[in-house]
Amino acid sequence: MSIILNETTRIIVQGITGTQGQFHTGQMIAYGSKIVGGVSPSKGGQEVHGVPVYDTVEEALLKQQVDASVIFVPAKLVKDCALEALEAGIKTLVIVTEHVPLHDTLEIMAYAEKQKAEIVGPNTYGLISPGQCKIGIMPNNIFMPGEVGVVARSGTLSYEIVYQLTGAGVGQSSVVGLGGDRVVGMSFIQVLEKFEADPKTKAVVLVGEIGGNAEEKAADYIKSMTKPVVAFLAGKSAPPGKRMGHAGAIIERGKGTFKSKVEALTAAGVSVANLPWEVGPLVKQALAQGSEKVYG
Amino acid sequence: MKLYEFMAKEIFKRNGIPVPMGAVFTGVDGVAAFLEKTGSVAIKSQVLSGGRGKAGGIKFATEPQDAISKVQELLASEIKGCQVETVLIEEKVTIERELYLAITVDGSKRQIVLLASVAGGMDIEQVPEEQVIKRFIDITIGLQPYATREITRQMGLKGREAKQTEEVMLKLYQVFRKYDAELVEINPLVVTPSQVLAADGKMTVDDEAAYRFLPEVPYVEEKTAVEKKADELGISYVELDGEVGVMANGAGITMATLDLLQHFGSSARNFMDAGGGSSEKATAAALEILLSTNPKALLINIFGGITRCDDVARAFVQVKNALDLKLPVVIRLVGTNEDLGTAILREQGIESFKSVEEAVTKVISLLNGGGADVHNS
Repeated sequence: MSIILNETTRIIVQGITGTQGQFHTGQMIAYGSKIVGGVSPSKGGQEVHGVPVYDTVEEALLKQQVDASVIFVPAKLVKDCALEALEAGIKTLVIVTEHVPLHDTLEIMAYAEKQKAEIVGPNTYGLISPGQCKIGIMPNNIFMPGEVGVVARSGTLSYEIVYQLTGAGVGQSSVVGLGGDRVVGMSFIQVLEKFEADPKTKAVVLVGEIGGNAEEKAADYIKSMTKPVVAFLAGKSAPPGKRMGHAGAIIERGKGTFKSKVEALTAAGVSVANLPWEVGPLVKQALAQGSEKVYG
Repeated sequence: MKLYEFMAKEIFKRNGIPVPMGAVFTGVDGVAAFLEKTGSVAIKSQVLSGGRGKAGGIKFATEPQDAISKVQELLASEIKGCQVETVLIEEKVTIERELYLAITVDGSKRQIVLLASVAGGMDIEQVPEEQVIKRFIDITIGLQPYATREITRQMGLKGREAKQTEEVMLKLYQVFRKYDAELVEINPLVVTPSQVLAADGKMTVDDEAAYRFLPEVPYVEEKTAVEKKADELGISYVELDGEVGVMANGAGITMATLDLLQHFGSSARNFMDAGGGSSEKATAAALEILLSTNPKALLINIFGGITRCDDVARAFVQVKNALDLKLPVVIRLVGTNEDLGTAILREQGIESFKSVEEAVTKVISLLNGGGADVHNS
């Protein structure tokens, strides 16, 4: 088991003929993902890595059964592509593109809610269920199948944490990148709920950063979880008022500080790692204590 | 991008939101003539930081000579470290009451939110929460007149002041949408005997939408020269004041690298997210930016996903040979093509690390004189 996607998930790639689209379609296929089609206006009839290209999402849906779509188009085209997928009835949409205008994201999210669809991103590396399937741009070789769910705001920092976990012999059930923007689709809470419900997942690692209040809200939900949660947060040394790379990573008017997040998570019973390499040992410890609780 | 008050007000005025009669000055020419038209005025320093009034950035005058000397005084002053280059002189208005109005985005609700309060004219953060009305706006229908009537009802406004405030709300929402704003704020929104008008104006527009900004949106330089150069290269860069120059790829891992330096007793000279997929050429340009800030050491932390370790290694060798580097450098390379990258560096006598822990502690020991320069080892 895993969350959101598994080896049967049927995926289309919007923007499949672009440089990134082509490259990552190849990488996803190499990982075992079922890429059943691509969409690229006026490129219909071509093939990319043996995958048929369609002119529109609706055409792709006429020819294929599709569970999810991943978007690789430039920022100014994302709104059009996302709305196209949502209107066509796609229920899981991953937006990898960064620099999407805020108002475009707001319109996409409002329409997704109406269509009862789930969006991961924008500005995400995507999501992966190790050993089964991936949607996105993460490196294929750092993941290991296992029982720990990982949910993160940042891309390379989740690679770092997963690298530490795999190095410590701790495998992952699914790893989800929420995206670094100020407004993103899926939230920590929505992913935590899925991990809580997934019988394969025994513990969860939350990778957060300064800015906004997503970690504080997650802490509220974690209080009701039965599975142990370990967290790692970035931005302890960041000065207030400066945007640290991600649009969302900024301490504004004294809100979104490192301290506030650590306090909220600690109060919810989360073990917060001080250093990236403490995450693996803390997860092992939590898993050992968890099994004592259940069986002891 | 934050706009100055006078820019925000220019946009408000263009879109039908009443503002006091005013004019912008960068010197004293025309100040006396302006006062003949208006009588008493407020002279307001144009700076981007908040709390300008408390910092002495707003002065009042009635006589032209007094106004001229106060303009001179303000133009020679600094507000919170920012040199005042422009002042906005506005007619003094008769204030019956001061309201607060803002529209922004609530990230956790993924919605636009309008904030309104009758406690205007003070720092909104200091206003008790129960005195601030929060109204979420569904972007698919926008802000409709009925919603503004409910907001003014909750504010306890009546008659003319309610109606005029509702009109301002509707227009402010149009401005918010039309200009791709992240924030529009009027504090205070002043009720005068005849109208309500924006006595102050704040506006932040979304940089990601810069390609479609309307021509009336001015450009405001917020970045330092180095940050601007990095921006042109598509690198996310923030100047800090520590000792180690840092280059990493990805915002999260860059922040975590800065935290690690601090944890082990050092500090970063900068935040530099060289991004995903950086080519050899772009990496070399990024390194040159880092060196231009004269750090005491360099720490390169690459977790290759889209970024390829061999590209980073080749770029580093190129820069090292071109610039005859003297400062200590530590490189950590993991991920896509790490073996190739490590081999390229080794050929040049440069050691690289797989463990971030070892890399960070190594750079700090080098700073403290506890070891040989890495690329001579």
